[in-house]
Amino acid sequence: MQDIQASLSLALRLLAGGDRELWGIVALSLNVSIASAILACALGMPLGALVAVREFPGRRAVIVMLNALLGLPAVVVGLLVYLLLSRAGPLGGLGILFTPTAIVIAQTLLVLPIVAALSRQFVEDAWGEYREQLTSLGVSATHAVPTLLWDLRYSLLTVALAGFGRAASEVGAVMIVGGNIDGVTRVMTTAIALETSKGDLPLALALGAILIVLVIALNAAAYALREWSMKRHG
Amino acid sequence: MASAPRFPLVARGLTVRLGGHVALERIDFTLDGHSRIAVLGANGAGKSVLLRTLHGLIVPTEGEVLWAGSRARPTDQAMVFQRPVMLRRSALANIEYALAVNGVQGKERSRRAREAIDRVGLAALAGRAARVLSGGEQQRLALARAWSLRPRVIFLDEPTASLDPAAAGEIERVIGEIHASGTAIVITTHHLGLARRVADEIVFLHQGRLTEQSPADRFFTVPRSPEAARFLQGELPWTTTSPAS
Repeated sequence: MQDIQASLSLALRLLAGGDRELWGIVALSLNVSIASAILACALGMPLGALVAVREFPGRRAVIVMLNALLGLPAVVVGLLVYLLLSRAGPLGGLGILFTPTAIVIAQTLLVLPIVAALSRQFVEDAWGEYREQLTSLGVSATHAVPTLLWDLRYSLLTVALAGFGRAASEVGAVMIVGGNIDGVTRVMTTAIALETSKGDLPLALALGAILIVLVIALNAAAYALREWSMKRHG
Repeated sequence: MASAPRFPLVARGLTVRLGGHVALERIDFTLDGHSRIAVLGANGAGKSVLLRTLHGLIVPTEGEVLWAGSRARPTDQAMVFQRPVMLRRSALANIEYALAVNGVQGKERSRRAREAIDRVGLAALAGRAARVLSGGEQQRLALARAWSLRPRVIFLDEPTASLDPAAAGEIERVIGEIHASGTAIVITTHHLGLARRVADEIVFLHQGRLTEQSPADRFFTVPRSPEAARFLQGELPWTTTSPAS
């Protein structure tokens, strides 16, 4: 118990003291996680919306697959990206293994199914309400996608947050493709794992605290934005 | 307004089956460019299905809808639903959206949207979010949205249902103006007073079948079909006490 108290107090001192190493790790974590979430949203939201509104052969199989990919094992994604980016792999020539870019790629692949599956559900529910009206105005199902995504923007913010949360909390895949290199690819989760294994609990606790505070703050901001928008836009 | 001929609008042998249930059965009727037709009938008679089929939202199982002899669904016709869906944007932007997806751009779009919202008396609420407007205001906005497209015919599916008498009166006024501007009207309603005032002709449906199509005066005084007579007997006392009738 005393160890935990001492660690917590040291963690607070590190946070308050502006420890460069700690804040460097935080900044990199935020950068790669935000980039992954943005990429996954840019690809996954239109994809999920198209699956929601279009009729095509195999649609049910695609929906089952999207839902199944929600449970995609992170280490498997990490391994696949590693094989793709390693020197002998098809994209080895890019030389981006063990760089933040590799982390972004792995996290995007992990987050994409979450964003696509949740977006599909949101859009499909809305399509039931909007379909006749938009069709009546002369809007095709495909052209309805941007309209629906924009109209559901505040609901989809929750999806984006879920994606960011998934990216920010990932360890296994990030460790495999990033290598947890100090000052280069060390992010909050991999640093926590490393420092814990070394017994350096203060840094691990400080990072853990920041991670939790960030996630809570983002969710609170999104909740407030959604409440405000519902009052304003109905 | 130069456009291809649309009339007569002819429904020929329309049959619609929805989930094994016959919603419409061998419907035949004709609409000309100046018509004001009210489609009457009890709940489940097929009124809304008929409107959706004429508008092109439902493909008939049998039969056809012909616009001046053509099966092609024209774009210059519009529909207003009982519960219109408003996009999460301002009232004016909802009209502008409809114009944009129908190819009206730039200043012309702004001008027509302003004109439409003004004509339904909502100019003061143009910047307000459409979804927070009252039911009556949303219905007027839906009429403005449809009207802005300058349709040759407008289908109105129970536009005054769930509205208080004042709001229903406003809708009725707007419907009158739309017709006066040269647009044919096809309206479904349970409100016999409204049907009497806005329609020249009545189409009566009973269990998916068209049992009568008569001039409105004749329909309300000497209905030809026994189903229509029974319907009127059950409904007329209500219309005589309605504040809006």
